[in-house]
Amino acid sequence: MGSWSEYIANVRALPRTVWESLVRHGAPVTDRSRAEAVFQNLFLHIHPTRVHRWSLRWSYTMGLGLICAASFVVLTVTGVLLMFYYKPSMALAYQSIKDIHYVVPTGRFIRNIHRWGAHLMVIAVILHMARVFFTASYKKPREMNWVFGIVLLILTLALSFSGYLLPWDQLAYWAVTIGANIAQSPREITDAAGITRYIDIGGFQKTLLLGSRSVGEDALIRFYVLHVVFLPLVMGVFMGLHFWRIRKDGGLSRPADADRRLGPAAEDVTPVFTQAPRKSYGLMAVVRGTSSNVGRGPENTLPSWPHLMTAEAAVFMFTLAVTVAISFFLDAPLKEMANPLVPENPAKAPWYFLGLQEIVSFSAFAGGVLLPVVTLLGLVLIPYLDREPEGVGDWFGAASRGRKVALRSAVFGLAAVIAVEAFAIRFGWLRSWYPGIPQIVITFFNPGTVLTFLYIAYSLWVIRGENSTRLGAIAIFTCFLAGFIVLTLVGTWFRGPNWEFFWSPSRWPVH
Amino acid sequence: MSVDDPGKGVGRRDLLSLAAWGAFCASLATALVGAFRLPNPSVFPEPSLKVKVGPPGSIPELEYRKVAGRNLFVSRGEEGVFAISAVCTHLGCVVAPVPSGFHCPCHGSRFDALGRITGGPAPRGLDWLKVAKAPDGELVVDEGETVPPGTYLKI
Ligand code: HEM
Ligand code: FES
Repeated sequence: MGSWSEYIANVRALPRTVWESLVRHGAPVTDRSRAEAVFQNLFLHIHPTRVHRWSLRWSYTMGLGLICAASFVVLTVTGVLLMFYYKPSMALAYQSIKDIHYVVPTGRFIRNIHRWGAHLMVIAVILHMARVFFTASYKKPREMNWVFGIVLLILTLALSFSGYLLPWDQLAYWAVTIGANIAQSPREITDAAGITRYIDIGGFQKTLLLGSRSVGEDALIRFYVLHVVFLPLVMGVFMGLHFWRIRKDGGLSRPADADRRLGPAAEDVTPVFTQAPRKSYGLMAVVRGTSSNVGRGPENTLPSWPHLMTAEAAVFMFTLAVTVAISFFLDAPLKEMANPLVPENPAKAPWYFLGLQEIVSFSAFAGGVLLPVVTLLGLVLIPYLDREPEGVGDWFGAASRGRKVALRSAVFGLAAVIAVEAFAIRFGWLRSWYPGIPQIVITFFNPGTVLTFLYIAYSLWVIRGENSTRLGAIAIFTCFLAGFIVLTLVGTWFRGPNWEFFWSPSRWPVH
Repeated sequence: MSVDDPGKGVGRRDLLSLAAWGAFCASLATALVGAFRLPNPSVFPEPSLKVKVGPPGSIPELEYRKVAGRNLFVSRGEEGVFAISAVCTHLGCVVAPVPSGFHCPCHGSRFDALGRITGGPAPRGLDWLKVAKAPDGELVVDEGETVPPGTYLKI
C-alpha cells in the first residue's frame, strides 16, 4: 500500500484532475456557476453574466454585429496563413500570389476565404450600421459607441482597400493608382485658387500614401504594413472599445416597455435563480442604464451561459459556413501582372467604392473627398442632432410614422438618384455642353453634389413637416442608402470601357 | 498653509502642472511633426525619370510617337519638338492617341492634339514635359518636370 497505489490512482484520475485544474469550477448548472463560467474566463469575461431577452431576439440584431466580428476573426486567421507565402515586393508579389493560388496546398482555398470574407465583412458592417440606425440604437447613452462604429466602418474599408494592392495584378495596380490620385485631388481646389505651390494638401496626401510619385515598390511596402500590422491593430483596439461600451451603456438598446411586451418567459427556457444569488453575484449583475438591477431580481434576463454563448457560436458557425461555401465554388480573381503602361479598361475600384467612382467620373475631388467627408461627418453628427428619446429599441420606432417616412424617403431617394443619373447619362453634364468650362464649377455642381443637396433639403423639409428630428434622420439616412445602392449598381454593372453606359457587361465591345 | 488657495491667483502647484502640461503638449507636437515628416521622402525613390528619345530627326512631324516603356508622347511641329505626358490629369490612367487627339479609357476624358481638355472629368489639359538636348545630340525628355503648354524646343 502507499505510494504505489496512490500513483496508480493519480494516473487513473489524470483526465479529471487536469480538467479540474483547467476549468476551476463544476458544470454550470446553477445560476451562480453559469455566471462564473463567464466572468471567471479570460476570453468570455467581456460578456455580461446575464442578457436581456430582448437582446437575444434574432429579429432585433439579426446577429449582424457578430457577423462583423466573426468575419474579422476569419480574416485574421487566413491572413496570417497567407503571410507565410506572400512576398511584398514588386518583383515577387504577383508570383507569390500565383504560387499560393496554384502550388501551395489549400492555398487557393485560404486565399478565397480571405477575399470573400473581406467582402462579407464590408456588407455586414453596412447592414449592421443600418440596423443600429433604424432601431434608433444610437441615442443617449450610446452616441459615442455609434461614433466608434463609424471609425470601425472606416477601418474596415481601409483594410479592404489596402489589401487590394497586394496581389500586384492589373486590377490592383490601377485601382490603387486611381485611389492615390483621388488622395491628390484637393489640387482641383488649390489649382483653381492658384495656391498649389504653397499649400499642396493633395500632393502631401499622395506622397504619404505612396512614398513616391507613382505606385511602386514603396507604395507596396506601405500598403503591406498598413494591411497586416497597423490597421488590424487599430481595428482590434476599437473593437475592444466598441464591445466595452455596449456593456457600459447598459447592454443593447431596448424599448422602455420591453418587459411588458415580451411577457413572461416560457418555463423551460428560463433557469431563473435555481439558487439564491450570493452577494458577489449580485454585484456582477449590476449594469449602468435606465433600469438598474440593484435591489430587484434581474427580470427577463437569461444567463449568458448558455443562451448568449450558443447564439454567438451559431453566428460564428454561420459566418464560417457561408465564407467556406462561397470559397469552395468561386475563385478570387487574379488578372495579369501589373503593367504601368497599359491601363485596365474599364479600371474599377472594389465594388463598395464604385458609387463614389461614378461621381469621381465627373469630379475627382467631389466624389473622392468632398462627398465622403460630408457623408461621414453627417453620420457622426446624427446622434447629436437627433436627441429625441422616443422609439429607441424598435425597428423604425414602432409607431407607423417612422415606417411611412422611411418608405417615402426610399421612394424619393431612389427616384432622385435614378433621375439625376439618367439625365447625366442621356444628356451628359456641363463639360459636354460647354467644353471650356472651368473644372471648379463642375467640382461643386455635379450629379453627386446635386443629389446630396436634394437629400439634405428633403430631410430638412421632413423635420419641419413632421416636426421630428428622428424622422428627419430617417429621411436622410434612407435617402443616402438608396443613393449609395443605385450608384454602386450603376458603377458595377452599367459602366463599361471608357466608363460609358452599357445595359449589361455582355454588350461591352471586345478589344 | 494652502498652496491652492483660490484667492491668491495661480498657486505653485497650478503653475507646476501648467508647466508639465505645456512640456507634454510641446513634446507631443514635436513627435507628431516628426512622425509626419518620416513618410515624406526628400528624394523620391524611383529610377531617373529622364529618357532619351533619339536625335531630333527621328521625331515624327505632326504625329505622335509613344516612347517605349514610358507614358509620354513626342512630336514635332512648326515651332519645334515637344513632349506630352500620357498620364491623364484626372486620376492617372494612360491616354490613348486617337485622330482628334487623346482619349482616356478610365472615365472618358478627351483631349485635343495639343493636350487641351475637350471633355470628361479631367481638371486640366495633359502635362507638357521638358525636352532638352543632350551633349551627344539626342533629345532627352524629363518626365519629372512639366513646362507650360506651348513650350517647344527649337531645332
Ligand atoms: C468592424 C465593425 C463592427 C463590429 C465588429 C461591430 C460589432 C458589434 C456587436 C457585436 C454589437 C452587438 C449587437 C449586434 O450584434 O448588433 C454591436 C452593437 C452596436 N454597434 Fe457595432 N460593430 C461594428 C461596426 C459598427 C458601425 C459601423 C456602427 C455604426 C456606425 C456601429 C454601432 C453600434 C452601436 C451603436 C451598437 C449598440 C447597438 C444597441 O445598443 O442596440 N457598429 N456592434
Ligand atoms: S483617369 Fe482619365 S478620365 Fe479618369
